[in-house]
Amino acid sequence: MNAIELANVSKVYRRYSGRQFATLKSALLQRSILRDLQPSETFQALTDVSFTVPKGSTYGVIGRNGSGKSTALKLVAGITKPTSGAVRVDGRISALIELGAGFHPEISGRENVFINGIMLGLTKREIQRRFDEIVEFAELKDFIDAPVKTYSSGMYMRLGFAVAIHVDPDVLLVDEVLAVGDEGFTHKCLDKFAEFRRRGRTILLVTHSLNLVERFCDEALWLDAGVARTHGDPKRVVGAYLTAVEHSEGQLLADATAKAVEGARREGQDRQDGREGQDGGRLEGHDGEMSPAATDPTSNMFRATEGRWGSREVEITEVVLGDRTGQPAFVFHSGDAVSIRLKVRAQQPTDDFVFGVGLFNAEGVCCYGTNTFLEDMNPERLDGEAEAAFSIESLDLVEGTYKVDVAVHKRDGYPYDYHRLLYTFRVKSRTRDVGIYRPRHRWTFSPNVRFK
Amino acid sequence: MFSNLANLIRYRGLIQSLVARELKARYRGSVLGFFWSFINPLLLLLVYSFVFTYVLENKSEGIQPYALFMFCGILPWTWFASSLSEAAGSLISGGNLIKKVLFPAEVLPIVSVLANMVHFLLGLPILVAFLIYYAHLPDALDLVWFPVAVLVQLTFTTALALMLAALTVHFRDIRDLLANILTLWFFATPIIYPWTQANVRRFKWIFDMNPFTHLAISYQEILFYNGPIGHWKWLLALGAVSIVLFLAGYWLFDRLRDSFAEVV
Repeated sequence: MNAIELANVSKVYRRYSGRQFATLKSALLQRSILRDLQPSETFQALTDVSFTVPKGSTYGVIGRNGSGKSTALKLVAGITKPTSGAVRVDGRISALIELGAGFHPEISGRENVFINGIMLGLTKREIQRRFDEIVEFAELKDFIDAPVKTYSSGMYMRLGFAVAIHVDPDVLLVDEVLAVGDEGFTHKCLDKFAEFRRRGRTILLVTHSLNLVERFCDEALWLDAGVARTHGDPKRVVGAYLTAVEHSEGQLLADATAKAVEGARREGQDRQDGREGQDGGRLEGHDGEMSPAATDPTSNMFRATEGRWGSREVEITEVVLGDRTGQPAFVFHSGDAVSIRLKVRAQQPTDDFVFGVGLFNAEGVCCYGTNTFLEDMNPERLDGEAEAAFSIESLDLVEGTYKVDVAVHKRDGYPYDYHRLLYTFRVKSRTRDVGIYRPRHRWTFSPNVRFK
Repeated sequence: MFSNLANLIRYRGLIQSLVARELKARYRGSVLGFFWSFINPLLLLLVYSFVFTYVLENKSEGIQPYALFMFCGILPWTWFASSLSEAAGSLISGGNLIKKVLFPAEVLPIVSVLANMVHFLLGLPILVAFLIYYAHLPDALDLVWFPVAVLVQLTFTTALALMLAALTVHFRDIRDLLANILTLWFFATPIIYPWTQANVRRFKWIFDMNPFTHLAISYQEILFYNGPIGHWKWLLALGAVSIVLFLAGYWLFDRLRDSFAEVV
C-alpha cells in the first residue's frame, strides 16, 4: 500500500509576460486579459519525476538548492498542481513547510492555536482535546495568552511546529524545519518523528541534513535540477549525491584557481609593463618585481593575500594538484594521498634554487610549510624545463578549504617566482572533528567501557 | 467547480473563526475595544447631523431629518465599499497561507465581506436609537424586507469580492483603481440625495443600471420612508442577478485558483 504516489510528474512554473507592464488598462485596451494570463516564459521545476512512498515508511528527498525539492513537497501537499502527471496521496496530510504560516500577530497564542488547527483541518473539539499537549510540546505554558507578536522567533516556530505535529496526520511532510529550535527542541522533534514511525505513519522529509536522511529514512530520492537522479537505499543515494557535489565543487575550485592564476599573471604583466615604460632601458632582472616580498619576505609570509611575484629567472609554468593516481583533483578526503607538481623553466642554468611549498587554511593560518633548503637538499644544477613533485602520503587535515603557496627562490630568499595562495583545494571528511591537523589516532578503552 | 462550492460549506468553521479573529484583532490594543464598532457609526452620524443641521442646512422636502436619511444609505454602503477594498487585497496579504498551507483561497475574500457585515450589523443599534430619537419609526411590515435586502447585498458583494480578489492577484492596479471607482460609485448612487429628486428622475435609466441604487432605495424605503415598500421587485431582480453574478465570480475564481500560489 502506498501513501504517496507521483507518476511522471512535471511542474512548469509560469512567468507571466512582462508583468510589471501588463496593467489592467492595457489588458483591457488590447482585449488581452486572457492572453496575458497565459504563460509566456516558463521554468521547468520538475521533469518527469516518479516515486512512491509505501505506507509507514520515511522517505527523504535531497538535492541542491533550487533542485525542485520544495516544489515536489508542495505538489504532494496539494498546494500547487502538477503541470502533467499525477499525484496521489492517501490519508490526512499535514505539511511542516512554513511553521506558523497562518498566525495572526495581534491575537494570543491560545487563539492562534485554535485557528491554525482549524486551518490544518482539525475540528474545535479535537483541538480542545490536544490543547494542553500542544502547549506543553511548544514549551509555552507561561506565554500562551500573550499576543503572538511578542513571541521570539523561536517561540513562534515552536508553536507552529507543535500545532502542525499534533494534527496527527497519516502523512507528514517536513521541509527543512528541524533547524527551528535549540538542541533540546530538535531532539524532541526527532523523538516525535520516531514516534510517528513507530505508529506506522508516513513521513516525507526534505532536508539538507544528509546525516538525518541516512539515520532516519527507509528510502531516499536525489533530485537534481528537477530530475530524479537516483532513488533507493539512503546510504547509496547520499553517497552518489556527495560524489556529485564533490565533482561540481572540484569544478568550481578549478575555475577559481584558473581565475586566480590568470589574475596574478595579468597583474604581474601590468606591473612589468609599467616599469619598463618608466625606466626605459633599465636592466631587467635583478630587483625584478619589487614587491614587499622581495624586500622583506618574512613580513609577507603571514599576509594572506594572493598574488605572484619574482624575477622569473626560474618560472613556475604550471602547478597541478593531483590525487593518488596523479589525476588532477581539487577535492580530497582527509587521509588521501596528494601530490603538488610544479613545472618550471629556467632561463639560464642555475646552481642556486630552492623549491618551497606551504599549506594554509581558510583563516590564513599556515598549516605546514617547507622547502628543499630546510630539508638540507643542496642545489647543484637546474636548467631548461624541469619538474618537481611534492607528495603527501596522507593528507591529515580536518575538513575545510585550503590554499597552497608554491615558490622557487634563491637560498637567501631572493624570489624567482612566488605563487601566493593561488591554488585552492578542499578537504572533505565525514567526521566533524575540529582544529587543523588530524593526527593518525585510535582510541582504546578498558573492557568496562562500551559503546553501542 | 460545484464540488469546490460544496466544500465551502465544510469550511464554515474556518470562516467563522477567521471572521472572529479579524474582529478581535482589529480592536486589540485599543482601550474601547469592541465598542468602536458602535462608536464609529455613532460619531459619523453626529458629524453628519451637525454639518447638515447647522453648516450646510439641507431643507429638501421629504428627506427630513436629512442626517437620518443619509445614514440609512451610508451604513450599507460602508459595508459594501470596505468589503470590496479589503477583499481585493485579501489574497495578496494572505499570500503566506496560500503558498504554504493547503488552504481554500476563497475563504479570504469571503471573510473580508463577512467581517464587514458584522460591523454593519453592529451599527444598526445606533441607527435604531436615532430613529427612536427623531421619532421617525418605520412600518413594522416593511422591516420584514430588511433581511432580504441584507441577503441580496451579501450575495452581490461576495460575487464582486471573489472576482476582484482573483483579478487583483494578476493586476495589482485594481486596488488603486478600485478606491477611485468606489468614490465615483458612491456619488452616482442616490445615498446623499433622494432618488425622487427631479434631475435624478430624468436620468432614471442610468441610475437603474447601477445595482447599488436599488439596494440604497430599498434600505431607504424600509427604514426611512413611510408607506409600503415599492421597490421590492427591483430588489428581488437584483437578488436573482446577484446569484448569477456569484456563480460567475466563483467560476472565475476557480479558474484562476491554481495560479494564486505561484503569482501571489
